[in-house]
Amino acid sequence: MDAVVGRTWPAGLTRVPYWVYTDADVLALEQKRVFEGPVWNYLCLEIDLPDIGDYRTTFVGTMPVVVARAEDGALCAFENRCAHRGALICLDDSGSVKDFQCVYHSWRYDLRGNLRSIAFSRGVNGKGGMPADFDMSCHGPRKLSVTTFCGMVFGTLSPDAPEFETWLGPEIVGRVRRVFGNRRLEVIGRFTQALPNNWKLYFENVRDTYHASLLHLFFATFRITRLSSGGGVLVSETGEHHASTTLAPPQGKDSSYQGLRSDKEGFRLADPSLLGMHDEFHDDIQLQILSIFPGFVLQQVHNALAVRQIVPRGVDATDLNWTYLGFGDDTPELRAHRLKQNNLVGPAGYVSMEDGAVGGFVQRGIAAAADELSVIEMGGAGAETQETRATEASVRGFWKAYRAHMDL
Amino acid sequence: MNAETLYRVAVLNTEYANCIDADRLEEWPGLFLEHCVYKITTADNHRRGYAAGLVYADSRAMLTDRVAALREANIYERQSYRHIVGMPALRIGEDITAETPFVVVRTMRDGRMDLFAAGIYLDRVREDGGTLRFAERIVVCDSSRIDTLLAIPL
Repeated sequence: MDAVVGRTWPAGLTRVPYWVYTDADVLALEQKRVFEGPVWNYLCLEIDLPDIGDYRTTFVGTMPVVVARAEDGALCAFENRCAHRGALICLDDSGSVKDFQCVYHSWRYDLRGNLRSIAFSRGVNGKGGMPADFDMSCHGPRKLSVTTFCGMVFGTLSPDAPEFETWLGPEIVGRVRRVFGNRRLEVIGRFTQALPNNWKLYFENVRDTYHASLLHLFFATFRITRLSSGGGVLVSETGEHHASTTLAPPQGKDSSYQGLRSDKEGFRLADPSLLGMHDEFHDDIQLQILSIFPGFVLQQVHNALAVRQIVPRGVDATDLNWTYLGFGDDTPELRAHRLKQNNLVGPAGYVSMEDGAVGGFVQRGIAAAADELSVIEMGGAGAETQETRATEASVRGFWKAYRAHMDL
Repeated sequence: MNAETLYRVAVLNTEYANCIDADRLEEWPGLFLEHCVYKITTADNHRRGYAAGLVYADSRAMLTDRVAALREANIYERQSYRHIVGMPALRIGEDITAETPFVVVRTMRDGRMDLFAAGIYLDRVREDGGTLRFAERIVVCDSSRIDTLLAIPL
């Protein structure tokens, strides 16, 4: 039993108690042990900050964070909280500045988040002001260590975080490189989807290869992904990260979905130009969903590419920040195709809209079930890589990692 | 200002809102030309010139598919919209260009009502066999934050 949470967790990975989605104490503990723990949190893209003085505000769990490019070109990140009274230092989503000044009492910070000056620190006419021995170098927002990978910026608050690529492991590293290669990223859209559920319900949904073609009729009907297509799920050793893949579908009649709601043979698109895939990855993977613990998703659905950042907003509220991506060297045809295929994803996506709602269905369903348990037993009890997606191995992997970080 | 054109654009906007709010979605694509653009984006994305939309269609057939998917494929809780559409500001050239503010209130099956979206329609409207139709409708929402999901078109 955890002394803070005061609850017990059943043995094994196949049962998850519902209080983990509803307890305010758990959310507070997650901030300390997960988001501020030895993990790397996705912050933003390198192209968000091309020049010195460029900044972007983001989150690490519930913590507001500023990422900025310092005078020497280095990327720096610090808590968006004034060392004086705790106000946000930076109010906008992004911009370009020489330094940062808190609006409340004009305390000033450099691009690295170091406190540089205090308004009226010597008082007025020899009266008032700060004590003579006040040391600005001992006061400042908490700083993050920052690393970049494939054009993405990650940060950690923990001195114990492993080296980034070692932490991901070679297989996950390879799966990210498969999508991004060395191509220059370009943002083509940014949207936020406000989810009416605990952040973990969304992260589990991302890793749940079992639901995709059952909840999402669009997928199954057009054979974008079916469990009977080839593919599988890769789970990192610690369970923290995953990548699920769907290979090109088998030709001919597939009867494995007969009788299921998501099997609608009669449903055809009037404009099928939405479907199909430009061969930009030079392999037979049609769809790859990859997650990095605790709140990052990289999505490749045919040619629709996006990164998603999961931001907890409360026990039963989560922001999902979508950044739709293309590459600088996209041909006009490929770019036009991406714009069409983005209809599959995002808050209005033929597929993703349902993921925005289903977490809320769970959150409402468990309103009186804090001491009941969910069942996560498809594909056994382990959290290892499997050559099928008819499994919940990756969801169990999440809980394996979560419980290790939370000490639950 | 041509009062008759203003009247005809206002009637088109009214019919558009009624198709959606009265759940006559099957009639909604018919308000567009066969080759058209319909996009839902946000003020921030529009200002930055980001091309991707929350919804993006470059043919009437894609709008028909949107409706078919909502009817046959997608899972979402029963909900309805109420559009309140303002007076269009027109510029008449080869096409008619219209900018029209809108507000959409969403009512969920349990009675919960939310101010779901507010923004502006940026339209190009064209004569098509004696009827005005949309050659382009860019729905620019003031907020980039969408509650839960956006199923029914705005």
